[in-house]
Formats: sequence, structure tokens, C-alpha cells
Amino acid sequence: MSKEKILEKSFLLIALSSISILALIAFFIFQQGIPLIWKVGLNSFLLGDRWFPSKESFGIFPMIVGSFWVTLGSLIVGVPLGVACAVFLCELIPPTIAMILRPMIQLLGAIPSVIYGFWGLIVLVPLIRDSFGGPGLSILAGSLVLGIMILPTIISISEDSLRALPRTYKEGALSLGATHWQTIWRVLLPSARSGIVASIILGMGRAIGETMAMIMILGNATQLPNSILSSARTLTTNIGIEMGYASGDHRQALFATGVVLFFIIMGLNSLALIISRKGRA
Amino acid sequence: MPIRLEESSFMEKQAKIAIQNFHFYYGTFMALKDLNLSIQPNQIFAILGPARSGKTTLLKSMNRLTDLIFGTSHTGQIFIDSQEIYGPEISLPELRRRLGMVFDLPTALPLSIFENVAYGPRFKGLSEKSRLEEIVEKSLQAAVLWDEVKDRLQSSALRLSGGQQQRLCIARMLALEPEILMLDEPCSGLDPISTASIEESLTKLKDKYTILLVPHNIQQASRVADRVGFFLEGKMVEEGSAFDLFTRPKNKKTEDYISGKFG
Amino acid sequence: MKISRHHTQGLAKGVIWVAAFSTLAVMFWILYQVLREGLPLLHPDFFIQAPRQMGRAGGIFPTIIGTIALTVVAIVIATPLGVGTAIFLQEYTRESGVSRVIRFGTDCLAGVPSIIFGLFGFVFFVIFLRMGWSILSGGLTLATMILPTIICTAEEAIKSVPYTYREVSFALGGTRWQTIRKMVLPNAFPGILTGVLLGVGRSVGETAAVILTAGSSFITPDSLFSPIRTMAVHFYILAREGISMEMAYATGAALILLILAINTVANWMMYRYAHKA
Repeated sequence: MSKEKILEKSFLLIALSSISILALIAFFIFQQGIPLIWKVGLNSFLLGDRWFPSKESFGIFPMIVGSFWVTLGSLIVGVPLGVACAVFLCELIPPTIAMILRPMIQLLGAIPSVIYGFWGLIVLVPLIRDSFGGPGLSILAGSLVLGIMILPTIISISEDSLRALPRTYKEGALSLGATHWQTIWRVLLPSARSGIVASIILGMGRAIGETMAMIMILGNATQLPNSILSSARTLTTNIGIEMGYASGDHRQALFATGVVLFFIIMGLNSLALIISRKGRA
Repeated sequence: MPIRLEESSFMEKQAKIAIQNFHFYYGTFMALKDLNLSIQPNQIFAILGPARSGKTTLLKSMNRLTDLIFGTSHTGQIFIDSQEIYGPEISLPELRRRLGMVFDLPTALPLSIFENVAYGPRFKGLSEKSRLEEIVEKSLQAAVLWDEVKDRLQSSALRLSGGQQQRLCIARMLALEPEILMLDEPCSGLDPISTASIEESLTKLKDKYTILLVPHNIQQASRVADRVGFFLEGKMVEEGSAFDLFTRPKNKKTEDYISGKFG
Repeated sequence: MKISRHHTQGLAKGVIWVAAFSTLAVMFWILYQVLREGLPLLHPDFFIQAPRQMGRAGGIFPTIIGTIALTVVAIVIATPLGVGTAIFLQEYTRESGVSRVIRFGTDCLAGVPSIIFGLFGFVFFVIFLRMGWSILSGGLTLATMILPTIICTAEEAIKSVPYTYREVSFALGGTRWQTIRKMVLPNAFPGILTGVLLGVGRSVGETAAVILTAGSSFITPDSLFSPIRTMAVHFYILAREGISMEMAYATGAALILLILAINTVANWMMYRYAHKA
């Protein structure tokens, strides 16, 4: 076989690495986690609300609820503010200032999550505790910090979508007598909708997957949370907190939590792909 | 059934290039129709015709650059020195070194002037500095560019003017020591002085090479070419000596094109 | 009373201004706060000394080694794999079944949360391959995490090399590999380097996966098989265990400065690269 052919085959092999890694991840996580789900029963694993590893009780419903509320909260915080910032950067300030702000926002997105968690712990948690009572370590704190963390993602991608719109959209609307704001609200934002939605889904993925910052500020109670001031765990923090010392069934239960997380993320990913394909059509 | 070369005429046996029953397709679109052509060595053959008549396709199917495009296919044969270039034992890099090509836009590579010209020879395995310098100088002289750049061979080729870049491309092609030169509208976008100097080099070069030229316009063809083929929509309508084609064209369409009735 | 369009516009724009301004202000204030408390504590000793009293005093030297070591391992593994994948997708295939599968794998990998990578790295590298909690386990896990980023940026960089360069290279007798090596890769290099820097930034900041695979020792490592904590992990432990807020601030500030430096270099490269063309 000629040298060129050998090279081509080698590159093909290299290129298969990412799908192979994905397969490996799925295989090993499932291999560890599925037997436990089988043992405990899918229903009682997903819907059981008692997590007592020492008593062999593995119900992760409180964590599912915790993940849900924290993610929802982060979207409530992050989406309006993020889109507002995107509009701000794209339409309301001079391009030169935007050019300076953009890399700074990107930098904020590169800051490790533990820094945001730290800030949440030092500043936000006492603030909530003093203003609203409760432990302070709460879903509220988590939502706020998580919302701030996903802002750079939502801002960058939404702003890119807005900037990618043909200038004729804006010029056309303005020349028909629309005000600037009407143009933004009725023409530009709807046209950039698919990009904005993509950014939201991406942000949601980041929010669901966040671990360390949430460990620092959610309080990590294993009971079903009943208000936004409650302490809670998410699927991720459940793993992150106990993995250090878990063994046997307990450890497998954490892998099982990972399996559930895996499915949720894959579902989100597929949703994102479908929407982005529809948007392009 | 393909015509075997031994059965065709004595003239064709001597031809540098012999094209027989050649059709070329981009997918299902037939870009070249039933081409039969033989080109003698050491002459300038002009490929004349309006846009989209298959001229560039013809050149690129000769050095098989068309192989890079997905979905191309052909029927018929092209022989160079009696060797079928689409045959299985043909080495593509070697074929492309035998047929040098210059494109219609100045395509200097983002390298120094020296490295641009030395690019092809390096692929052949040539790395000895003195040999490379020799080849670079010789090629730049043949392309009438040496005097202008000999003091700045290490500077970036992208800083040259359009006319200089195009002559660089010619030098680059000559450095391969090819047998056949293919030039696709080499003077498009160039000023009259650069054009004249390139045309002058071509006339000198035909002593050593066989040249296929897609001229920028009819006047260029009449200035420079020995023989001309007139192409229309993928078919070669007429072929003959430049003098014959321009003064007494046999085909009405050729006459119309030459007199400017369409273009 | 009918509100005119101009009033609506004024109101809407005003709201956006306030929202955006305060959002950006809060985000920058977070950085500022950590830097304000932490920067004064950064003196040379901090960087050369090992932690003492579980981190209440001393410095972060071993964690710096750990951060560098893990990042180097991750980059050394992920870059050839990532660039090779990009070369294959851009130079050796068209859109086909194979390329779609590869892209699907890459996209999915990009979305996997870091804790899952941590679980995977633990069961695969630490346990199954018997590497234990180590720089190697941590670095390899990080490599799988940054692979999609490198593939993506490398593909963009390769795609941006003009087709004419390739065509000319082929016309001059180059084989496909020669063309890639001498024309495509050198011209795609700045873009690829940017991707590598992004991978570096991600490795530096990653915590969840690193704790589960590289351990949390703060003793200076002596081999690839030693466990070690990175700066980010050290910061997390200091903060969460409440060991020392001062040290946490200092470590956090150092972390932010490092990320700032990496990002600035990456941005500068992208800027220069975009303007060179």
C-alpha cells in the first residue's frame, strides 16, 4: 500500500477517536450504573425521594427536582438578561465599544466555575440569609449564580446571531418608518430566533452539567426541596459530593445518577440539533 | 471501442498530445463533447471560445486536476507521448510536473519569491541549496522576472504586483522542467506592458515546450498562436492554423465569433 | 392615553440599558472582588512555597506544577488527535456517512458534563487501566474533554485556507499529504494554536473531573503517576472546607490572572491572524 494510502487510513483511525471515546464513556458509565438501576428498580430510583446510601436507599427524585428548579431559575435569570445584553451590544452602543466589550465578556465565560461559586458563597449566600432567612445556601443562590455563569454563552451566541442578520432587514424596516426599537423587537429578534434558542439550549446544557459551584452554594440537603430558599442537591452535586468516599452499591448508585444525567444531556443535544436544523431550513 | 493509437495516422503518432473521442462530465453535465485533437510539439496552440465553452475544463482534465473535484468522469482517451494519461499506472504528481499550469488569477503562494519557485522542485526531492538556487534563477530569467526580483528573493511573493505575480507563476511552472505548458488566460487583469512581456516570453518558450494557451481575447490569439481551436459549448467547432482560422474560417459560427458578433 | 411609539422605544431602550449595564457590572464586579482581595496577597513566596497547615499558610507551588503537568499531558494527547481528525474531515473526505458519524460523536462529546468525564476517567483510567489517581489519569481525562474544542477550531482553521493554495500545490506536483504538510497546516497554524490555547484555558479551570482522577494531594509530584491537585482544585478545597479565606482569595486571584493571560494571548493571536489575511 502506498505511503499516501497508509496516511489516509491513519487519519481515518485518528478521526474515529472522538466517537470511540464517546462510546467508551457510555459503556463504562452504563456498565457501572445500570446494574444498580436494575437492582433497585427504575421507578424507585427515579421517583424515590429518599437518598440514604447507608441504608441502601437510593431514590434520586429530590436531585431531579433540584436540578430542574436550579436550571429553570438560571434560565429565568440568564435568558432575559442575556438577550438584553446581546441587543445592547449589537444595537445600542457604538461598534467600537462593543468590540472592546466582546472579548471581555468572552473572558468572563472562561473564568472557572469555582470562582463564581466562591463569590456566591461569600457574597450571595449571606445576603440571602440576611434578607430572606433560611440557610442562605439555597436554590435561589444557585439559580442566581448559575444564571450569571451561563450569561456569557447566551450573550455571545445571541449577539452573533443578531450580527449575522443581513443589513437589509434592519434597513428595510427603518425605511418603512419603524422606530429603532420596533425594528429590534419585531424584525431583528424574531429573525435571530433560531440562534437565540440555540444559545439558550447550550446554556441549559451548561447549567444542568455544572457541579462545583453548585456544591459550594446549594447546601446539599438530600430532602425534597420545598421552596427556593431550601437547600438542595442536583444530579451533578450528588455525584460530586459523595464520589470521594463512596464504595460498593453506593458508588454504583452515583454512576447510575450519571446514567440519568447522560440521557438528559443527550436528549437536550438532540433537541438542539433538531431545532438548529429546522432553523436552517 | 477505443481507437488504438497505432491505427491512426502517421501525423498523430508524432503528436505530443493526442485526444481521442474525449467526453468530460461534471456529474451529469457534459462539459466537453467528442473531442478529437492532436497537437504537435513546439508550437503554441490557442484554445479559443466564449465563456463556459469548456476551455478551462480541457486544461484541467489534461493534468487531471479535475480528479480533485467530486463526481467528474470521462470517456475517451488523452495520450501524451503515446501514453494514456488516465491509465492506472500513471503517477499523478509526475503527470502534473510534466504539464505545468498557470491559472487565470495570479496565485502566488504565501511564501517568499524564492520558495514559490522552489516549491515544485522540492517535491521532486531536490533539497540541495545550490541546485535550487540555480533552478530558481534560470526559471525567473525565462519568465523575464529575474532582474526585477533578484535582490529580494526572500521577500514575500504576495507583495508583488499582479503582472509580477503572474510571471512568478510562470517561473514556478518552468522550475518543474515540464514538457507542456498550459496557460489559462494568463494575462487577464494585467496591464498592457505586462501582457506584452508575457506574450514575448511565450514566443521564446515554444522552442523548448509545447504550449496550450487560453487567450484572453481574439487579438492575443492572433498575435501569438500557431494553431487555434475554436470551442463552443464544449465542442471543438473548428481547428486549424492561426492564419487560416482568422482569415478564412470554415465554420459560420467561428466567423461570427471572430468578427465579434457574439462573445 | 395612547403611548406613542417613541415613548415605547424610550422605555424599552431604557430598560435594556439598565438591564445590560447592571448585568455586565455585576459580572465584572465578581472578578474585581476576588482580585481586590487576592492580588495584595500574591508575592513571590506564594508561588514558590508548598502549602503548610493544610493550606492555611505557605504557598501553592505544588498546585502550579500540577496545573502545568495536567495541562501539558492533556494538550500533548488531544492536539494530534484533534488536528488529525480535522485534517481527515477537511482533506480526505466529503460529507458522507463516516464524516457525519464523526461529527455526531464530536458534538455529543462537547456536551458531556465535566462530572461525567470525571466518573469516566475514574472508572477507566484510575481503576480499569490501573493508573491510579495521577497526573496521567487527570491529563488523559482532560484530553478527552478538550478534544471537541480542538477539532472544531482546527477544522475552522483548515477550512479558511484558500482552495487556490491547494490547487496550485497539486498542480505543481504535490501529493495530498505533501500539500497538507507544506501548504495547509502552516497556514492553518495560528487558528489551530488558538484552539490549543482554548483547551489550555479549559484544562486550567476544570475542577470536577480533575478531583476524581488526579486526586487532591498537595505534595509536589515526582512522576506522572503521582497524584496532585491543580490550582482550581486547591481553590475549591480551601473555599469549601473553609480552611482559609485569605488563601482562597489569593489562589483565586492567581487563577484569574492565569486565565486572563491565556485568553489575552488567544485573542491577540486571533486578531493578528484575522488581519494577516
